[in-house]
Amino acid sequence: MPKKYILFNPFINMMNQYETVFIATPVLSENQMKEAVEKFKKIITGKGGEIINEENWGLRKLAYPIQKKSTGFYYLIEFRAESKLIQSLEVEYRRDERIIRFLTVKLDKYAVEYSEKRKSKVETEEEIKED
Amino acid sequence: MAQNPNEIRYLTPPTVEIKKKKFCRFRKNRIKYIDYKDPEFLKKFLNEQGKILPRRVTGTSLKFQRKIATAVKRARHIALLPYVTDLLK
Repeated sequence: MPKKYILFNPFINMMNQYETVFIATPVLSENQMKEAVEKFKKIITGKGGEIINEENWGLRKLAYPIQKKSTGFYYLIEFRAESKLIQSLEVEYRRDERIIRFLTVKLDKYAVEYSEKRKSKVETEEEIKED
Repeated sequence: MAQNPNEIRYLTPPTVEIKKKKFCRFRKNRIKYIDYKDPEFLKKFLNEQGKILPRRVTGTSLKFQRKIATAVKRARHIALLPYVTDLLK
């Protein structure tokens, strides 16, 4: 079978790497925030996704007000999944009242390289802090 | 005329501007991916009102100008950069 055929075969599920950032309302308590994060992580892992990295940016000021709120909890999840999962994930985001904004991006090969570098950089910084 | 007609003399010597050649910072530094999560970096390509600067000002190559544009637009969507402001810098 030629290689090209394998690449575009719709019956073989392609795993892509994605990155999703969401902003939750600042009215949530820490536990509620954790609960929301758990919920979305479960949606990803429950449908065959694999979480690679996650970052909690904490409470940040927004550059402009969204739904009359000037701050929000930012959370980033990097994962590998099939493309079908994205649609259901975004539907869940829209249904959830705690989420005021979200963005899901597919990572190309340069982005994957960059995120790996970023990850190792963050880790070394943490090590330095510990020392 | 005693003076050489080809030689033009000025009272004040003219200042010849040496134009600095612009370069694409991404080509030069071998940056391949522009991160939308880093608003401080993206601010270099915005004017005071938060508009994207043209290529003729920044010297970025076309390939990376497109990438900057998408990165800025993503950053705006997740409220890391404003859509409209005054005095961004």
